[in-house]
Amino acid sequence: MKAAEFKYERPGSLAEAFALLEDGDLDATPLAGGQSLVPMMNFRLAQPGMLVDLSALDEIKGISGDGGGLRIGAMTRYVDLAASALVAERAPLMAMALPHIAHAAIRNRGTIGGSVALADPAAEMPALLLALDAEITVQSSAGTKTHAAADFFLGMYETALQSGELVTAITVPAPAPDRRFAFYELARRHGDYAMAGVAVAASGAPGGVCSDYRVAFFSVSDRALRATAAEAALDGKVPMDGAEAAIAALGEIPFAGDLNAATATKQHLSGVVLKRALERV
Amino acid sequence: MSGPQTIFDKPNTYIGKSVPRADAVRLTQGRGKYVDDIQLPRMLHAAFVRSPVAHGRIVSINVSEAKAVPGVTAVFTGADFVGQVEPYVGVLSHLAGLRSAPQMPLAVDVARWTGEPLVMVVASSRAIAEDAAALVEIDIEELDPATDMERALDADAPVIHAEFGSNLAWERLVEAGNPDAAFARDDVTVVERRFRFGRHTGVTLETRASVVEYDPSERMLTYWYSGQAPHMMQFILAKHLGLPEENVRVVSQDVGGSFGIKIHTYGDDIATAAAAKILGRPVKFVADRLESFLTDIHARDHVVDGRIAVTADGKIAALAFDDVTGIGPYSMYPRTSAIEANQVLNLTGAPYLIEHYRARARVVFQNKNMMCQYRAVGHPIAMAVADGLLEDAANEIGMDVVEIRRRNLVRDDAYPTVSATGMKFDDLSHHKSLDRLVEMMDYDARRAEHARLRKEGIHRGIGLVSMVEVTNPSPMFYGIGGAPIASQDGTTIRLEAGGAIHVSSSVTEQGQGTNAILAQIAAGVFGVPLDRVKVTTGDTRSTPYGGGTWASRGAGIGGEATLQAAHALKQQVLEVAATILQSTPDKFDIVDGHVVDADGGPPRMSLSDLARTVYYRGNELPSDLSPELVATRHYRVSDFPFVFTNGAMAAEVELDPETGFVKVLNFWAVEDCGRVINPQLVDGQIRGGVVQGIGGAFYEECIYSEDGQLENATMADYLVPMAFEMPDIFVAHVETPTKTSVLGAKGAGEAGTGGAPAALMNAVNDALRPLGASIHQMPMTPERVLKALGTV
Repeated sequence: MKAAEFKYERPGSLAEAFALLEDGDLDATPLAGGQSLVPMMNFRLAQPGMLVDLSALDEIKGISGDGGGLRIGAMTRYVDLAASALVAERAPLMAMALPHIAHAAIRNRGTIGGSVALADPAAEMPALLLALDAEITVQSSAGTKTHAAADFFLGMYETALQSGELVTAITVPAPAPDRRFAFYELARRHGDYAMAGVAVAASGAPGGVCSDYRVAFFSVSDRALRATAAEAALDGKVPMDGAEAAIAALGEIPFAGDLNAATATKQHLSGVVLKRALERV
Repeated sequence: MSGPQTIFDKPNTYIGKSVPRADAVRLTQGRGKYVDDIQLPRMLHAAFVRSPVAHGRIVSINVSEAKAVPGVTAVFTGADFVGQVEPYVGVLSHLAGLRSAPQMPLAVDVARWTGEPLVMVVASSRAIAEDAAALVEIDIEELDPATDMERALDADAPVIHAEFGSNLAWERLVEAGNPDAAFARDDVTVVERRFRFGRHTGVTLETRASVVEYDPSERMLTYWYSGQAPHMMQFILAKHLGLPEENVRVVSQDVGGSFGIKIHTYGDDIATAAAAKILGRPVKFVADRLESFLTDIHARDHVVDGRIAVTADGKIAALAFDDVTGIGPYSMYPRTSAIEANQVLNLTGAPYLIEHYRARARVVFQNKNMMCQYRAVGHPIAMAVADGLLEDAANEIGMDVVEIRRRNLVRDDAYPTVSATGMKFDDLSHHKSLDRLVEMMDYDARRAEHARLRKEGIHRGIGLVSMVEVTNPSPMFYGIGGAPIASQDGTTIRLEAGGAIHVSSSVTEQGQGTNAILAQIAAGVFGVPLDRVKVTTGDTRSTPYGGGTWASRGAGIGGEATLQAAHALKQQVLEVAATILQSTPDKFDIVDGHVVDADGGPPRMSLSDLARTVYYRGNELPSDLSPELVATRHYRVSDFPFVFTNGAMAAEVELDPETGFVKVLNFWAVEDCGRVINPQLVDGQIRGGVVQGIGGAFYEECIYSEDGQLENATMADYLVPMAFEMPDIFVAHVETPTKTSVLGAKGAGEAGTGGAPAALMNAVNDALRPLGASIHQMPMTPERVLKALGTV
C-alpha cells in the first residue's frame, strides 16, 4: 500500500516544531526515526495530515555526561547509543540490550525518543529505562516537564505524553559503583520482538547479597512494567537465592498473550527469563 | 538414449563445473529488470478493494465516490467483468471426481475468503487508486464461514458452494495388499500418530506483479509477468479474454523468486489484463506484501492420522493413513488444489518396500485463502508421516533409526521397481546415500556424544529422512488431465556471425540459475567458451514452446533439449566446415570457438570465419550447400511419469526444555539428482530448499482467527527463516544419472524443502523422547514444544 497524502515539514528549532504540532488544523504528527510510524502510514493505519520531521533538531540529539549519569537527546539513534563509550560505561544495561533491538537497518534510523513516545509493549527500551530509574523529559511551548520512567508508560501505546508535547531527553542517573545489570530475552528469531524479556538491576558485590533490585519486563503485558513484588522478594538476597520466590511473585503482572505465546506461556517464560537474568547479574 | 555420450569427457565441457553464472554481476549491481521496473507510456495503476470477511453476500457496491476522484480512469466490480472474462474452473480430468466452482477475477455475488478481490480501481498512480479504493462502499451481509478444515465436512458446517451439497472437493483412496490383516498380525508393533502441518506460503522477494498492454489495432495483448510458465499463461489469457492464442505474448524478464507461488491464475492478475483490454491502455498491478499474504497461494495445511506396523526385526508390515487438507474456497486454476494431496498418497513411504498400504485423502473447501502447489508439493507431508512413523516405531522396538532404514529401503540394485502406490522408480541410490550420510555426519560418534551430554542436562537430538523427489514430470502430470501445460520443452541454438551462440529455451529462470546451466551445457556440447553464449528465456514470442520451470524440470528437461540442440548444431556446422575445408565432417571437432582436426592440432578455422562466410559471402560456397546455422530440439520424458530422485538427510538439534526453543545445530543432505551440471548451483538449491524446510518446520504459519481473518500478514509477524538461526548445511552428492536422457540430470530444486521437515521433526522427537514427550505438529513453535512437555 501507499501512504495517504500528507504534508511534510522539517523544522530547524523546537519552537518551530511546537508551533506546527500545536496547530490543530494541521493534524500534525512528529516523525522521529519512522521505524514504526512509516509502516503504519503505509498500511494507512495512521493518516496524519502533516509529518513534522524532527531530524534537523540538533538540540535534542546526542549523548552527554550529566554528573555521573547520562543525558541522551531524544533524537539519538540506536546506532549512536551502541557506538557510545559513555553509554557502555554509565548504562551498561543499555549496551547489553542494544544488539537485541531489531536489526542494523532499523537501529540506523530508530531513535530512543521515538521508542519511548510510542511505548510499544514489546519494545526493549521502555523496560531498560524502568530498570535504570531513568527520567523522561518532555517539552512543549508551555515549558518542560520531567517524568520518572515508572510513571510514564501507562498502557499499550499509551504514555503520560500530552498532545503537543515532545519527548526531548532521557536522563539516566549515575549508577552506584556496585550497581550490576542483566538483560535476557527470548525472541524466536534474533531481532524479533521477544516472546518475553526482562532487564534487571541490583546493587551488591558479585556473588553476594544484593539490594535495591529493579526487575522490568517487556513483551509480557500491555506495557513495559516493573515487577515490584519480585523485587521485594529478591531484596537482601543473592540473586539466584531469591529467584524462586521472585518467580512465584510474578502473579502480580497482568500478563497478556499474543500470536507467539498465550497468557500462560508468557507467565512461564517470564519466570525463565527472570531466572536466566538473575544468573547473569 | 542415443546421442553424444562422449561429451562429458571433453576437455572443453562445462558440465560438472562450478563456473560463475553470467547474470550474477548484473543482479548484484541492482540492474535486474523486474515487472515493477517497466514503465510504459499512458500506463495506469490498479488497486483492489478486498473482502474484509471470510464469507459474505455482496448486497451492494457503490463506486460513485471512487469514480469521482481526480486521476481515476475506471472502477470495475465483479459484474463489470461478466461477459468480458470467461469463468475458470480448477479441475483436471485425471483427478476423477475433483470439483470446483467457476471463478471470476472479482467476486460477483459472494465473497469466500478474506482478501478476495471485489472491486478494482484503475488510476494514474497506485496512491490515487488506493485513495479511491478507500471510498468504495460495499454492503456485505456476513455469512457463517467454514474455516476449520477438520469441521468443514460436519453435517452442520456452512456449505461454501451450495450446488455441491458439502465442502468435499475430492477424495481418493489408495490400497495395496491387505493392510487390515497386516495390522492385525500378533507379531507386529503398531505405532499411531496424528500429524498436523500448518498452512504456510512461499514468500517471494519480488511480489506477484503484472503489466499488461493491449493494442486494439492488432488485437495484441502483451503481458509482462513475474512467473514461471509463460506459455501456460498465454493460453489462459487468450482463452479467458477471448483472444486468439497467437495474439497474446507473455514475457518474463528477471523474476525475484517464485517457488510455485506465481504459477497460478490469480483474480487480480486476470482483472489487470481485462482492464488493459477494455481501456486500451497499459495497466500495472504489483501486489504489496499484505496482498501477497492474503492471496498468494498457501500450501500444506494437512491433518494426517497415520499408522505403521513393524515386525520385531524392523520390517515394515503395513502403512496406513488418512489425510484431510483444506484448500480454501476453490480449487486453483489450472493446476488444481488436489495435486498436493495426490502427491501425499503417492509418495508416503515410497523409499521403502511396503506391500500392505492404505491411504485416503480428503480435500475440503474452507473460507480461507486458496491452497495450491508450492515448492516440494506434498513431499514434506509424505516424508514426515512415513519417516516420523518409522523412527517412532524403531524406538518402540528398540532399533536404531539407521538400521531400520537399511532393513526397509529398496535395494540399490533392485531397480526398476514399482511402489505400493504404483509409482515407477529407476536409478535410485537409497542405501548408498544413507551410507554417505552416516559417514559424513559421523553418526555413531555423534550419538555417543549426545548420550554423554544428556547426563549434563544438554538435550540434543538427531533425526533422519530417506526421501524421494518428483522431478522431470512427463505429460502424465498435467497434460493428460486437460491442463494447458506443456511437459516437453525446446531449445533453439543459433550460431551468430561473430562466432558466439545464442540459446533460446522454453524453460524459465526465476533466480535459480537456469540460464547459467543452459549456457554451460550449450557451450560444452557445441564447443565455445562460456562467455560466447547468450541465453533468452521467458518470452512466448522468441522461445520454443514449452512448460517453463516447475517441478524441478528446468535442468532435466530444458537441459536435455539444449544438449540435443547443441549437438545437432555442431553436426550442421561441421558439415559446412567440411565443405569449406574439403574433407568430411567426422574429421573435425569444435573446440573453444574453432574448428579443429578431430585428432588434435592447431585450429583450422574460427567459428566467426565460418559464420561470416555463410552469412556474408555465400558466393564462396558450393551452390548445392544449404547451410543451417540454427538448430532446435525438443525433449520430453516418455518412459516414466516422473524421474524420481532420492536423498538422505539428517538434522541435529538442541532443545531447551525450559523455553521450548530448538536450535538447529547442523544439517546434512546427501542428494542424488543424477548428473550435476553446476555443483555450486545445485548446492545452492539444496541449501535454499533446506532453509525453506526449516521455515515450515519451525517458523512459517499463516495464522487465521476462527472467523477467517489472517492475523499475521506482515513480515514482522509471519516468520520466515533468517540467516542468524540457520545451521551449517553440509551437502554431498551421489550421482546416478537417469537413463531417460543423455544428460542424465534429474531435478534438485525441491529436495531440501521436501525432506528437511521430516528430519527436523525426528530430531526434535529424539531430543524430547528421554523427557517423555513428543511433537508431531509443524511448525514446532516454542509454545507447542512447551505444550508437548506439559509445561504450559
